[in-house]
Amino acid sequence: MSASDKDSIQNIIKVAFAVCLVCSVIVSVAAVSLKPIQKANKQVEIKKNILAAAGLLKADKSIDEQFEVITTRMVDMRTGNFSTDLDIATYNQRKASKDPKQSEKLGRDKDIASIKRLENYSKIYVVESNGKLQTLILPVRGYGLWSTMRGFVALESDLNTIVGLGFYEHAETPGLGGEIDNPKWKKMWVGKKLFDNTGVMKAAVKKGPVDSSISVENEHMVDGLSGATLTSNGVTNLIRFWMGKDGFAPFLNKLKAGEA
Amino acid sequence: MSEVKKVLVEPIFSNNPIALQILGVCSALAVTTSLEVTLVMCAALISVIAFSNMSISLIRNQIPSSIRIIVQMTIIASLVIVVDQILKAYAFDISKQLSVFVGLIITNCIVMGRAEAYAMANPPGMSFLDGIGNGLGYSVVLIFVAVIRELFGAGTLFGVEILPLVKNGGWYEPNGLLLLPPSAFFVIGLFIWLLRSFHTEQIEEPEFKAARHVNKEAV
Repeated sequence: MSASDKDSIQNIIKVAFAVCLVCSVIVSVAAVSLKPIQKANKQVEIKKNILAAAGLLKADKSIDEQFEVITTRMVDMRTGNFSTDLDIATYNQRKASKDPKQSEKLGRDKDIASIKRLENYSKIYVVESNGKLQTLILPVRGYGLWSTMRGFVALESDLNTIVGLGFYEHAETPGLGGEIDNPKWKKMWVGKKLFDNTGVMKAAVKKGPVDSSISVENEHMVDGLSGATLTSNGVTNLIRFWMGKDGFAPFLNKLKAGEA
Repeated sequence: MSEVKKVLVEPIFSNNPIALQILGVCSALAVTTSLEVTLVMCAALISVIAFSNMSISLIRNQIPSSIRIIVQMTIIASLVIVVDQILKAYAFDISKQLSVFVGLIITNCIVMGRAEAYAMANPPGMSFLDGIGNGLGYSVVLIFVAVIRELFGAGTLFGVEILPLVKNGGWYEPNGLLLLPPSAFFVIGLFIWLLRSFHTEQIEEPEFKAARHVNKEAV
């Protein structure tokens, strides 16, 4: 092939088209054929995060084995009652949260965590010992700076004290907002209380360090992440939303009263 | 030295892409805090560079020169996505730690550099070996940096405690600086110094010299 032939417009288009076609086929084949394995990995990852949030994660046992102490149940978000309407094993909460038939649009004033739609049913995870609730693990999500942060908040049996919190999926800036994965920061949440004595939501990420001499901050707040104000606000918002009256608060109140 | 051996071995010490050509340093800073992650990154880079070199070399006579960089990028990017997908399926925990850096192999100057400098002008077999050789050159530096950073920064290798840590009742107080990105600069600098003490031909001519000091006395 002569040089002018190779650089002709027809050849440029031909080569560009062929390269794109071959590359896209290779990428698609890889993505599609590996998807089932990746999905299984993600599921283990979610279980691991549930265990980690509840402070139960140990390194020496398989995740599935450890997960046996946890019971998955379902809550009707509209009434705050336990529900058995749907099959837990096949329920896809993520899909449901986007499906107009299975979720409700949130008004602008209610949607503080910027999640747009709230699903009608939510899975929750319970650790019981001798038939009594020990730890309750609730799924939460909310918008940070770049992405929807998805994670879990675990509560003690008083349904007020935080046992742990963790995110299994987010795309915040590594090194700044990405520090929501920092074990030291996550540890600060342990023992913080959601509500004060009068039942008002006080849990938050403070801007700047917490002053432990102020009792509100000491009891309810954690240090802000420097350089990541929007991510920090996002975490505050998602806790306020999911633990608030549009989120799990009706369920938590019913559970406290033993009516759920 | 036979041509094959030369292509394979030369980039490791005498023409190392990081130490001599100072290419691809960015990822060397980011992924070298632990040896396990580093090895996976090296394997990922070697496979991408070898296969991209080979496929670019296969079609080198068809690639129009006006769009050659885009064609190279497309091939490299596709390979990187495939490698990323494989890591997500079979090495999920490590792929989480590598996070964006696997994706950033696309912009790794070594891969583009070899495609442009070698694969565009040489047959596929040799280009494949050139890719492996340069990937190994990159790996040698990364592994060297990672061993030092993990051993002295965390007292471990592959997560197994080698130097007993003070907090576990031993004597070694880990040096936290080594786990932070700047330390990789120091270690790479030391590596280049070490390499150039043996391969003195790699020492560059100084670009300028300080003028000799003269005493001038007022007349």
